[in-house]
Amino acid sequence: MDSKRVLDTILAIGKRIEEDKDFLTELDNVIGDGDHGINMARGFHMVEEKLPPLEGKDIGTLLKTTGMTLVSTVGGASGPLYGTAFMKAGMVMAGKEEMSLEDFFVCMDAAIEGVKMRGKGDKGEKTMLDAMIPALGAMKASASEGADTKTALKAGVAASKEGVEYTKTIIATKGRASYVGERSIGHQDPGATSFTDMLEVICEVF
Amino acid sequence: MVGIVIVSHSAMLAQGVVDLTRMMASDCPIAAAGGLDDGSFGTSYEKIMKAIEDVHGPDGVAILMDMGSAVMTTEMVLEDLPYTDVKMVDCPIAEGAVAATIASVGGGSLDSVIADALSAKDMQKF
Repeated sequence: MDSKRVLDTILAIGKRIEEDKDFLTELDNVIGDGDHGINMARGFHMVEEKLPPLEGKDIGTLLKTTGMTLVSTVGGASGPLYGTAFMKAGMVMAGKEEMSLEDFFVCMDAAIEGVKMRGKGDKGEKTMLDAMIPALGAMKASASEGADTKTALKAGVAASKEGVEYTKTIIATKGRASYVGERSIGHQDPGATSFTDMLEVICEVF
Repeated sequence: MVGIVIVSHSAMLAQGVVDLTRMMASDCPIAAAGGLDDGSFGTSYEKIMKAIEDVHGPDGVAILMDMGSAVMTTEMVLEDLPYTDVKMVDCPIAEGAVAATIASVGGGSLDSVIADALSAKDMQKF
């Protein structure tokens, strides 16, 4: 995927988040502070303004700008978390005009490590990591078996959705949901849900 | 004097904490970084950075936060600033701020201001 496609993909993610914002907010109403969808939509709305003037820049710049914009605008936890994820991916792609599937995996690795570091979290705590980590694992496995990019991305989306379902079954130990305790069981994590949205868009656009 | 920064999702809460500290430590360099630019709830990278720059001096800065993204956004601001004398303190925000500002106007070092703020965790109210 070239730099222009990456830019278009990020904008498409923004549109998807905007479409899904009420559902994401509703999820966050039940087990959080009810702002995930609104916050993410606000963040990506600003991304929609900041990114098009950067058309032609390297992919690293596009990703880093997306990350910095999310940190500055989202206002809730997903700002620093997704902000760090995009910024770490941006560092991987500094100066590059093309992104291969292998590059995408390295970006996802860096993004996951960034989210772990920023949120001081890991798998099994009912966070976006419960979608991100299985998704990357599934995509890498699919690719290593010789699957093409589209097939690998679809495997990632499927694993991400399974991750979202898994988050329903466990108790939240991170973020505002952790204050809700046992009552968080039965409800899916908003961050895992929004990540799945993002990966679905990447898969569709590819 | 050590500068103090109060980071909250709520603009009113951050300002309220600042006002509270002025009862006993009116000369302390203290800045509020609460809410987003439009006044809604949330944590603002820019507000936090501006607050730190406003109160930073030779004695450094102690930052108190309410929870969640207040902590994570502050961390990201600190990663982007060159200072080594700006520290985050894990303490109750209102009570810690009162203790920290009193320590600051008393001429305390950054370490002693932080220690006093942390002691707010064990403060008994009744």
